[in-house]
Amino acid sequence: MTRKFGWFLAGGLLVALLLAGVVSNFASSSPDGLDATAREGCTFDANGEITGGTCIAQREQAHQMADSPLADYGIRGIHNSALSTGLAGVAGVLITFGIGAGGFWLVRRREQKAA
Amino acid sequence: MDAQAMHIANGIVNGPVSAIFVVVAVAVLAVCVVKARADLDDRLAPMAGLVAAFIFAVQMLNFQVLPGVSGHLLGGTLAVILVGPWVGALCVSTVLIVQCLLFADGGLTAIGLNITNMALLGTAAGYLLVAGLLRVLPKNPGGLGVTAFIASVVSVVVASQGFVLEYALGGTTQLSLPWISGTMAGTHVLIGIGEGLIAATTVATVARVRPDLVYALRRFRKPVVLEEAAA
Repeated sequence: MTRKFGWFLAGGLLVALLLAGVVSNFASSSPDGLDATAREGCTFDANGEITGGTCIAQREQAHQMADSPLADYGIRGIHNSALSTGLAGVAGVLITFGIGAGGFWLVRRREQKAA
Repeated sequence: MDAQAMHIANGIVNGPVSAIFVVVAVAVLAVCVVKARADLDDRLAPMAGLVAAFIFAVQMLNFQVLPGVSGHLLGGTLAVILVGPWVGALCVSTVLIVQCLLFADGGLTAIGLNITNMALLGTAAGYLLVAGLLRVLPKNPGGLGVTAFIASVVSVVVASQGFVLEYALGGTTQLSLPWISGTMAGTHVLIGIGEGLIAATTVATVARVRPDLVYALRRFRKPVVLEEAAA
């Protein structure tokens, strides 16, 4: 890996860390296109539980990983919402980069014709 | 705290249909791994890791598209342009698996559905559009930006219709399919426009700084005859 390419990777990673760590706190908290469609027709209480009506999300079940320390893009135990979201974002970027780069490195095409 | 759920949750589509799509996703991803190996050299591997990390970051940035409705980038088109279709589908899948297992976003039972829509359908549609558009549009940052924008809009709408298909096959409720299809298409055109702007800015920036790192500029220009011969 050349030094120039190393700088490009570092720069790209820094942008991703800033987006996930800082800008993420300015993201819209409205449900996304899928979720909004799924909820349409039902009524919800303050906790987001369905109280009535008919909608796609009616039979939705809890997530198996709901107890993950990073569940719902926050770090469990950190109550400052901006800090919690930001740190979860930073963790996610680093973990995704690690798994992605590591995985792709393992299956990459080895340089042929070494001899 | 915002409890952002951005992908299909458990229980929206029944167990058998969800299981079928797990099988579909695993089978297609296996093909992607085999095909991706030909593309993945010492440089594309870390680049693909960066693309996955970038997509993870930008997926956290929900933007408002209508009152009470937001959207976020899916990333298929962006990945296709920067790292190619096979590696690109694997990048988006990596993001979805990390989100599901660590961030409780997108049901574990629904992982096949989410991968099929966003990583496979979205990426395939993005690839077809990008490959077609780059035959006519200039291969410079501007042309690449326009390509990314158009391909993103189409790709996001196609991905949204993937959900409609899955719901038609195994939805746990019986709501009107035309209504779901229309609502999903309508909001996802708007989300696609947002994604298109982000993807266009990103690929045009990379094309300006390091055009040699843009897969679409290197590989879609001419067939790589040397590689075929060496294989």
